[in-house]
Amino acid sequence: MGIKWNEIFVGGDPLLVGSQIAIVLTVVAIVVGLTYFKKWGWLWREWLTTVDHKKIGIMYILSGVLMFFRGGMDGLLMKAQTARPEMNFLDAQHYNEIFTTHGVIMILFMAMPFLIGLMNVVVPLQIGARDVAFPQLNALSFWLFFSGAMLFNISFVVGGSPDAGWTSYFPLAGKEFSPGIGNNYYAIALQIAGLGTLMTGINFIVTILKMRAPGMTLMKMPMFTWTTLITSIIIVAAFPIFTVALALMTFDRLYGTHFFTLSSGGSDMLWANLFWLWGHPEVYIVILPAFGIFSEVIATFSRKTLYGYTSMVISIVGIAFLSMIVWVHHFYTMDAGPAVNSFFSITTMLIAVPTGVKIFNWLFTMRKGRIQFTTAMLWALAFVPNFVIGGVTGVMLAMAAADYQYHNTLFLVAHFHYVLIPGVVFAVFAGLYYWWPKMFGFMLNEKLGKYHFWLFTIGFNVTFMPMFFLGLKGAVRRAYTYSAESGFAPLFLVSAIGSIILAIGFAVFCYNIYWSFRYAKRDVSHDPWDARTLEWMTASPVQFYNFAVVPEVKQLDAFWHMKKRGETLTLKESDIKKIHMPSNSGLPFYMAVVFGITGFFLVFEAHIAAAVAAIGIVIGLIIRSFDYNDGYYVSVDEIKQTERTWRTVEGGTENHVG
Amino acid sequence: MKRLFSLLVVGLLPLLAGCEMVVFQPQGPAARSITELINWSIGWMLLVVVVVFALFAYIVWKYRDRPERQGEEPPEEHGSTVLEIVWTVIPILIVIALTIPTMRTLYDLEKPPKGYEDEKPLVIHVTSADWKWIFSYPEQNIETVNYVNIPAGRLVLFKMTSASTMQSFWVPALAGQKYTMNKMETELYVVADRPGSYEGRNTNFNGRGYAHMQFEVLAQTPKEFDKWVQEVKQTAPKLTKEKYEELLLPTHLGRLTFVDTHLQWVNHADPHSKTYTNPELYRGHGYQGKIFIREDNYKSSSICNDEQQKALESDSGGEHHGH
Repeated sequence: MGIKWNEIFVGGDPLLVGSQIAIVLTVVAIVVGLTYFKKWGWLWREWLTTVDHKKIGIMYILSGVLMFFRGGMDGLLMKAQTARPEMNFLDAQHYNEIFTTHGVIMILFMAMPFLIGLMNVVVPLQIGARDVAFPQLNALSFWLFFSGAMLFNISFVVGGSPDAGWTSYFPLAGKEFSPGIGNNYYAIALQIAGLGTLMTGINFIVTILKMRAPGMTLMKMPMFTWTTLITSIIIVAAFPIFTVALALMTFDRLYGTHFFTLSSGGSDMLWANLFWLWGHPEVYIVILPAFGIFSEVIATFSRKTLYGYTSMVISIVGIAFLSMIVWVHHFYTMDAGPAVNSFFSITTMLIAVPTGVKIFNWLFTMRKGRIQFTTAMLWALAFVPNFVIGGVTGVMLAMAAADYQYHNTLFLVAHFHYVLIPGVVFAVFAGLYYWWPKMFGFMLNEKLGKYHFWLFTIGFNVTFMPMFFLGLKGAVRRAYTYSAESGFAPLFLVSAIGSIILAIGFAVFCYNIYWSFRYAKRDVSHDPWDARTLEWMTASPVQFYNFAVVPEVKQLDAFWHMKKRGETLTLKESDIKKIHMPSNSGLPFYMAVVFGITGFFLVFEAHIAAAVAAIGIVIGLIIRSFDYNDGYYVSVDEIKQTERTWRTVEGGTENHVG
Repeated sequence: MKRLFSLLVVGLLPLLAGCEMVVFQPQGPAARSITELINWSIGWMLLVVVVVFALFAYIVWKYRDRPERQGEEPPEEHGSTVLEIVWTVIPILIVIALTIPTMRTLYDLEKPPKGYEDEKPLVIHVTSADWKWIFSYPEQNIETVNYVNIPAGRLVLFKMTSASTMQSFWVPALAGQKYTMNKMETELYVVADRPGSYEGRNTNFNGRGYAHMQFEVLAQTPKEFDKWVQEVKQTAPKLTKEKYEELLLPTHLGRLTFVDTHLQWVNHADPHSKTYTNPELYRGHGYQGKIFIREDNYKSSSICNDEQQKALESDSGGEHHGH
């Protein structure tokens, strides 16, 4: 194949060499650690082969934290480079790779797994189910996502990162202008991860529609479950478009077709259309579950039911519908004519209507409530004003004629960070502080949580507020440097300082996880927040079968009303029946490995090796189709035993079993 | 009403920013109409922000949990159809208030600005390439690189295309931006109110040399403009086909001026025009994949001299020279 090894391992730059060394050391540390503590078997049994939705959720969240770290480092490097005019910290090529990977990683490998992780942990519990509809498929979803994410990440040191922006616009992203393999990574790694996401969407639609507890009609579902359902529908509608677009990109780059290229009749705008037909709904794929998280957190800590539940549901359905017909606002400036631009201006601005409805409903949920300032609630509160700034600047951008002056400037960059950080990142933090006891049986430290909150929120505003003004002054996105005469320097410096505060906030969060794992009190109640939905009705951490007896739902906020009616956690022994559970499987992990290897060879355009590796995929599919393992039953005795342990922890509810 | 909003906004913005923002200092009718639209939208958006922030602060403060409220149980409340309709209708009204001027501006920007409808525009062809801007004056039969002189107070029509990647032509002081795309043509009407120098640049990322893809728009009095054209015709070298292909190489160039335009050989806006690109010239660091070279790729290596080769190899895509 004529592989030149010195070209494969990107080197020369001290930053790259440093990370290569760090990667090697980390891998060695993990292998040595696992061997020393004899944890290989534990890792395999408890995590790599698990089909338990809660553990899969935790692995998603862990990946999200790791990727946040990677994407955040990219962000800090960019801020360092633009802190002063004409800096020589990064060169153009390096900067281009960094903003490309920053965008891809933050959207697809940080925001999505964080949210899908929370969905995995929470949704089956909220609807009173034992697992998702297809547990093994769920594991496969995670492992494919993970495989794609890792493949994308190694591009940093093996072969070169993609450098055409996270949108990878053609013709720039084609072989004509990017002959390196960096953009092959984009095409292949996102394809593998995207397959996982698509399967997650299908899985959750079926789970939510078919596996709700008796009595839980659609209009009695908790809001987070509703947003997950609608998100899953958007995933199923939008991801196939991306699948096709990436496949065409792969053909263009690897096999010399001309779908999007400049020569031989390709159309670069076709890529832009396909990309944003997926890309805009993608924004709502990450924002809607976040809305669901805020709805749960705000209701719980205001001690009130969600205001305007029906209009909230109508709003998310409306947003989902509109999200599919606004994509052209990403390229108003391609001169499609005033009629097209007017149409997309109107549809885009209309999204502000359901979003506004939601904001007012949240405010009125708090009205007359008793607002408790827990860390989770602080994130939800900070979301409102920050997201409103993101929202109104979004409306300004939606006005096509005005967009001619904002397009591709830092004004736009500031806008989408004001939407995505308060909308998604704040939500993820709110969700983590809120559901952490459900996942691990202890709380995150509230005091450290508040430091985390204030540093992060202040740092966020200091970082991104100046970028609105930089944009209006004429600073464009993705430029690795600017001249001293431009007058951008002071605002860029403020922004860079903000990013450091932001990073310290994130570091406090990581420290909080560490601190809480070591020192937090372990005897946390199953319902520490006095919450409203079914997930709080079961133990913390949740036993692997979720509910010993599936609860019956009579109204919205079912658990809250059970508590109001004075229903205790008493279980009648006669109600306990054996529970059917799915067996663990190593197949999803195996599939991720062969997909990863195949993808790696494809990236390097080693087609024969890739074809051989792809046989492994087919073998996996064949093994799966001859897999007759129907799972196993949990015995009544084991259930009784487990239930007794956690229920005795509760004062006054001792030994209700038996 | 519109005027009031604009006044409010214009009064507030310097306080907010404390620095000059080119988008709010339009130097021509096209940019001015966009600025008016932006001011109008900022007014409405400030209204939204003030209302929501005030309501938010009031509710969070008033209903916060205090020790004396311990044990107090908030009322069971499910919503209010009337209120929910109110906060659905109001945003719709705001959207309508924003849509109408947006559409009007969109349609206006496609035409020559008011007062210039009957004037014959000065047509300038804009060709963006990696990483420079090429301006052709077919009427005057001259071509410039990285700067464009226009007569102030006269209608100018930019006919824009790209010789390579997708780029975006933006002179914020004079007009909003539009993409330049290979084998396609976009049009932009521009009038500069008065003589002056304005900065223009590419806003659409197109690789290593992107950050330095700036150009100057110099609006001159018509007299000065004519004088400049005459000067160019007397002093500038002729543009040859070889020289032009050399220009298209992915490099940075300083300002250049030529007699004749490249339009005589190629119009990149034509869907069947030749593709002037060679992947070999875009090699970055790292591992290279297989390259598919098309027949219509021009042979650039033969005209690639040493200096350019050096520029291609440097990471930033070359240096500025000739300013």
